[in-house]
Amino acid sequence: MRIAVCIKQVPDTEARLRVAKDGKWLDEEDLRFVINESDEYAVEEALTWAEKTGGEVVIISLGPARVQEALRKGLALGAAKAIHLVDEAYQGGDARATAVALAAAIQNEGADLVLTGSQSDDVGYGSTASLVAGHLGWPHAWLVMGLEVEEGGATAKVTREMESGMNEVFRLTLPAVIEVQAGINHPRYASLKGIMKAKRKPIDKPTPAELGLDAASLGAAGSHLEILEIAFPDSGDGAQMIEGDAAAAAKELVEKLQKEARVL
Amino acid sequence: MSEQVWVVLQHREGKLHRMSKEAIAAGQRLAGEIGGTVSGVLLGSGLGDLVAQASAFDLATLYTVDDSALQDYNPGAYVAALTPAIREQAPAFVVFPHTYQSVDYFPRLGQALDAALVPEVIGFENGADGLIWQRPILGGKLQARVRVKTSGTVLLSVQSGAFPADGAAAGQADVEPLPSVPSGLTSDREILEVQQVGDDQVDLTKADVIVAIGRGVGGADKVESLRELAKVLGADIGASRPVIDNGWLLDADGNVERERQIGSSGQTVAPKLYIAAGISGAIQHLVGMKGATCIVAINKDATAPIFNIAHYGIVGDLHEIVPALTEAVAAVKG
Ligand SMILES: Cc1cc2nc3c(=O)[nH]c(=O)nc-3n(C[C@H](O)[C@H](O)[C@H](O)COP(=O)(O)OP(=O)(O)OC[C@H]3O[C@@H](n4cnc5c(N)ncnc54)[C@H](O)[C@@H]3O)c2cc1C
Ligand SMILES: Nc1ncnc2c1ncn2[C@@H]1O[C@H](COP(=O)(O)O)[C@@H](O)[C@H]1O
Repeated sequence: MRIAVCIKQVPDTEARLRVAKDGKWLDEEDLRFVINESDEYAVEEALTWAEKTGGEVVIISLGPARVQEALRKGLALGAAKAIHLVDEAYQGGDARATAVALAAAIQNEGADLVLTGSQSDDVGYGSTASLVAGHLGWPHAWLVMGLEVEEGGATAKVTREMESGMNEVFRLTLPAVIEVQAGINHPRYASLKGIMKAKRKPIDKPTPAELGLDAASLGAAGSHLEILEIAFPDSGDGAQMIEGDAAAAAKELVEKLQKEARVL
Repeated sequence: MSEQVWVVLQHREGKLHRMSKEAIAAGQRLAGEIGGTVSGVLLGSGLGDLVAQASAFDLATLYTVDDSALQDYNPGAYVAALTPAIREQAPAFVVFPHTYQSVDYFPRLGQALDAALVPEVIGFENGADGLIWQRPILGGKLQARVRVKTSGTVLLSVQSGAFPADGAAAGQADVEPLPSVPSGLTSDREILEVQQVGDDQVDLTKADVIVAIGRGVGGADKVESLRELAKVLGADIGASRPVIDNGWLLDADGNVERERQIGSSGQTVAPKLYIAAGISGAIQHLVGMKGATCIVAINKDATAPIFNIAHYGIVGDLHEIVPALTEAVAAVKG
């Protein structure tokens, strides 16, 4: 099976976040970037099924030059090839515009199955991959916690998360877009050999014209949404903060839990 | 004609989903804001008593689709049923509860209509440039204000807790079949079964005290100090999702205790005391625990959103604070 997997590079959630001067996005200087959490699980799932079916994995990401690092990591883990949608026209889009570009790249590459994450840890639209499925005219499933490719790739048994600790199991016809949820598997680590091999693997950078795309459907121009401003939320009443070294703070907290909150 | 707001109602086992009422509350507020009317849409098979439940709100019309292809949720039939009516009636807004069901299909509906999507709305304001939507980004650490710059119907999903259900006004809606539903709707999923995740032996919903472990704990080998704190408190252990996903919380047999996950895809708890250690406070976690009477947050990042809903907070390394807390509790309880 030829499996395409879409990964997004996002700011490390542990990073100290600062709003950029224009107020519209983060100041990306000094920011550390990582592969989106659920996308890492998608990569693992793709590699597993490529191994089981004797196929290969193509890893795709839309983003600026820094994204190359994420693609190299995917190649080091075992993907055969990467596609980097780095052209300026692709950048700055919402789920709609991003999906147009990803779908075209997938179509151009040919795939029997597309794996993605469920939600990006930065903008978190939870929509991009379903829109990709729409463009391809394929079924999709969001929040997938189990995948079993059946009948030599004709169908798949999918376990999907519902709320309150329940799962739903159903069958889909392939090709499909499977949107993986964190926790579906145990992502592997890259080996030194894998990292060395990755240096020689190809990263294609198709332009919009090469994918038959009109720049007006891409990036900010092709988006429905515009981010006007980002800000730290109003902290509301906020917590009563307890200061001091660990021992003093712990003692004071216990006292408050006993006498003030009366929960101890 | 005044502008219309539609609210698509979710249900399960003959009952309206809690968040459907929140979506109605949001729809009513939105209709008030734009001077329009609000209607409900109910899809399913054998709707029966659900029609009575859903029409008891202040809605201009309750549109229904009762079709056997909608017996089990599936995106294909849902999108096919809704698309023509929305295209023809062109409501200004269609509101969905931000549930695992709505988010599964509402992007496909948006695509079929080429309508704008605004997922996970937590608030809105009506400014000079029209409606501006608020939504959480970066795990709730920040919020974005976004605008739809194109015209046409806007589909939006409203996050749990943002528009309280008790704000939904009661009334009596006229019930009508949704117009233009195509005949021969077909499901694009063959449903095989519904399963419970993990075992059902662990019931945190009745716990009095919970010590909840977050990714900040840093590894499976580091949870012991939290178990000790739980022991002196007589507390149950809970965890955020990444702790479970990473396999850091194991039972005596080495199995991952997924049933101890708290949040939208885990348990919803309401203990007297909830101690969140190394948990940032993403919305999917908060929905599972914000009903706790007293919330204590321990986090090394003073800007972590968990501090916005906690009652008491300590900024610092949990590996220093938790053992100190265990000692302090033992001292008064011993
Ligand atoms: C559809 C969906 C469903 C989800 N369902 C759930 C769910 O049911 N439950 C759930 O919890 N999540 C759920 N999530 C995930 C959720 O979005 C967050 O990613 C998750 O809650 C974050 O967990 P966390 O706070 O432990 O980790 P992080 O967000 O990584 O936070 C770790 C925190 O630990 C702090 N920290 C680090 N080191 C230390 C230290 N030494 N001492 C003190 N503090 C430290 C950091 O400052 C940070 O604030 C879901 C996500 C999606 C998309
Ligand atoms: N820029 C991107 N490049 C590659 N994949 C992406 C990109 N943006 C989103 N995706 C995929 O779509 C999923 C959902 O993202 P989102 O709709 O932003 O929540 C992610 O988990 C990725 O798999």
